[in-house]
Formats: sequence, structure tokens, C-alpha cells
Amino acid sequence: MIGASHAGVNFAFALRKEGWEGRIVLFDKDPVRPYHRPPLSKAYLTSDDPIEKHSLKSAESYEKEQIELCLGVGIISINRDTKTITLDTGEIQVYDQLVLATGARPLMPPIPGMDTAHQLYPLRTAHDVQQIKAALGDGKGKRAVIIGGGYIGLEIAASMKKLGAEVTVLEREARVLARVTAPEMSAFFQQLHAEQGVNVLTNKNVVSIATEGADNIVHCADGSQYPADLIVVGVGIRVNLELAKDAGLEIENGIKVNAQTQTSDTAIYAIGDCSFHHNPLYNRWVRLESVQNAVDQAKVAAAVIAGKDASYNSLPWFWSDQFDVKLQMVGLSEGYDELLIREEESERKFSAWYFRGDQLLAVDAVNNAKAYVIGTKFITEGKQVDKGKLIDTDVPLKPADLIKN
Amino acid sequence: MAKITFITSDNETIVAEANSGSVMELAKDNNVNGIDGDCGGVCSCATCHVHVAAGDFDKVGAPGEIEADMLELEDNYNEHSRLCCQIDISDAIDGVTLHVVN
Repeated sequence: MIGASHAGVNFAFALRKEGWEGRIVLFDKDPVRPYHRPPLSKAYLTSDDPIEKHSLKSAESYEKEQIELCLGVGIISINRDTKTITLDTGEIQVYDQLVLATGARPLMPPIPGMDTAHQLYPLRTAHDVQQIKAALGDGKGKRAVIIGGGYIGLEIAASMKKLGAEVTVLEREARVLARVTAPEMSAFFQQLHAEQGVNVLTNKNVVSIATEGADNIVHCADGSQYPADLIVVGVGIRVNLELAKDAGLEIENGIKVNAQTQTSDTAIYAIGDCSFHHNPLYNRWVRLESVQNAVDQAKVAAAVIAGKDASYNSLPWFWSDQFDVKLQMVGLSEGYDELLIREEESERKFSAWYFRGDQLLAVDAVNNAKAYVIGTKFITEGKQVDKGKLIDTDVPLKPADLIKN
Repeated sequence: MAKITFITSDNETIVAEANSGSVMELAKDNNVNGIDGDCGGVCSCATCHVHVAAGDFDKVGAPGEIEADMLELEDNYNEHSRLCCQIDISDAIDGVTLHVVN
């Protein structure tokens, strides 16, 4: 198993559960016992809890299930002819089945001055967050500039604001969350952050960073400048494809896998953020960056390796927590032609429903688990929503009331 | 201090105790099968579903609004269902028994 995060760890434990009796060896470059990543930008950033509080599994669990964790070890190459991998220690490890969960790394855009900036970090690992926390100190009055207004950037902004920092988010596009959600949702989150005192600025293309001692000045293409004690870069990721590519596996927007999560070499599987797979519910090829996908693909790979019939057919879901707002998303909205907003009586509680014709594609639910749950049911069961009733707040948000007759 | 008894779907009994944190964290620390806590305890994934033993339900209490809505999606939802990431450990729940659903 190359990669021991959500996908790798869940795979290992699922494989034992399936009755696999052979050795299971997990390799990861990260020296820290595998942990939940979503809390990194939220609970872990804002508390003094040790990373162990967010461990995926306890140390005893690995022992009990005889899962070998080789942390702090990188993999140099895969040799498919000899069915071996070469470690960065020079050692060779043989395999019967190889699973790639190589994930992704933060994209660091080639901005002049990035290399010499003071306290500039991405946020992907526990170590990144430890450095950010050290740079923040008690947070009070520290000027933080976050480059990128995606989920990561906005979650970091909310957390840093909570710690008392002065936070500026610089987003290159005309709206935050441009790549992942509808303009209506972007507007909501932009306003939420503004109300909480975060300086969210769009159409801000960062062109350089000038640093003198501990002072950074972030320069944008429009001539504006933002001083920063600390800079966090959250502009997306690069998939770790090099190993798979060098091994000659089929690559598209990720490592291409079949419904059993096998790559073009049937003894090699690819799961999690790095896998490019077909989603049968939407009948299209996707690469997803999510815990749900990592965990569900891990279960499929484990079942297949244990000799069972299994195929991947999950409905994707995601979540994000910012300030007191809980956003839950289900489905893939790409290709929608109509967006309906269902308001509720409470403030900051609503849901966005994405349709293509009569087909419900996705739901984004803000502080509204009921909408999320109903959306999941309707999409999974392929039921049609009565759009008129959906946007009528006098009609209760219940499946029986919303179904189209 | 609260002592909690977990009974897994394959009938393994695990007794564990703690002073603080959530029941989901306690279950994970003690390798209780079927409690995954994929979302890390923010009531987003419903992978820590338990049925509270009937006699203990009053001690544990009813789910909150978001939790109740999440539970509705679960196949084995019943009137004693809880997502145990939302149950805080305290003296009040000492001695309760939880049946792990998955």
C-alpha cells in the first residue's frame, strides 16, 4: 500500500475485515501516525490538542490487526515485471497486489518571491499546520494573507479569525469557491466571511511577494498590496502521478481505474484522490478529492482483493465547516441548468438544489441536514422533485411532500 | 468518569472508560468495530451509529436536530439511534450500554 491516509488506512483495515491473512504493509512519507485531514484546517488549527486526537486508528489497532506501518518512507519506483517497489532507503519490497493511494500535494504556483517569503506554508499535513500555528502564536493581531478562496482557504480564514488574526483572502477568480459551487453559494460564503470580519477579496491575482526580514508584502496584478506576517497558499493540488506514470500505468486526469479500482495492470489498484474513475450514477469519469471517495474506494479494493464481487457505485458527498455554518453537499452539480434555493425560516439555513432538466444532480445544504438527507435519498433512488413545492416554504421539507407525482 | 459498554454487530463486548471527549473517540481508541468516525466527529458522515440500550436512553438523551436528520438516512434507524460522536462523555452516562449498528 503506497500512501497511508484516509484511503490507505481504511483499505488496510477493510482488507483484514474481509479475511485477508497475508501481510499488509503501508508506506507513507509522512512520519506522523495517519490522521484525519479535514480537522487540520478547523479543529486542529484552532486547539492545542495533539494530532493523536485526530488519529484515524490507534497504535494498538495496527498491532491488533497486524498492519505494518512504515512511516517516513518514500517510494522511488514500481517494477511491475518483478512485482517489487523500491524504497527511498534503497530497500526492495515485493508485492502480490499493490495499491496506490498516493494522493496529491499542494499546488505551489510559480509566484516570484514565494521561495524567500517569511512564514509561507501550504496546508495539507499535520506538520504544515504545526508550522502555521507556531507562526500565528496566540493569533492576536497577526496579519494573515491566504492565497486562494476555495474550501481550504475559507476554512483556514475562519479558523484564523477565531484565533484573533487579521485575515485577508485573495482569490484570483471573480468569486470564491468558483471551481466547486454555484454563484449563489459563493455569494453566501463571501458575505458570511465579511460579516465575521474576514477581508475576502476577489479578482486578486497575486503576482509577487516581496519580503524584508519578517515582513512580507503580497502584490496583486491590479497594483494592490497586502502586508502579511504569515501567508498560507491554498490554490489547489497536484495529483501524485509520477510513480504510476513511470510504471507505465494508464493515466488521464489521475490514475485510470475500472469499477473494481484496478489500474491498467490488474495487480495494481489506485484509490482516493489520485484515482480517475467512472461514476455510474452520473455516467462520467471523475477524480474526486474527498474522504467519502477515499473510504468507499478503499472498501471496494479490499473486497476485490479478497476475491469478492464489488464495484464502485457511490454517490459522492462532501462537507465543510466555517464559523457556525455547516455545509453538507451531496452529488455532482457539474452540467446543471437550473438552481433552486429552498429557504427556511431560520437565518443561515437554506439549501441549493441543482437540476439538469427534471433530474436532481446535487444538493448543497447550509445548516440543514434534512435537505442533505432528502437530497441523498432522491438522487440515489432517482426520484423526481416537485420544483414548485420545493421552493414553497409552506410545504414541509419531507420526502413525501416533495415527490413529483 | 464514565464506563461504557459497546456491543458490536459480531457480538463482541468491549468495556471502556474515560473522563472526557466523545463516545465515538472512546470507541475508536478501544478499537470498537463498526465505529469509523470518518468525518472526525462533526456529525457529517453517520459512520458512528449506535442503538442505546432501551433502559439507558434517558441517560444519554435524544439527538439534536442535525443529528436526527442525519440518522433518518440510516437503514437501521430506530427510536434509540444516536450518532455517538455527538454524545459527550460525562458522569451522566456512566454505565450505559451501546449496540453498534454497523
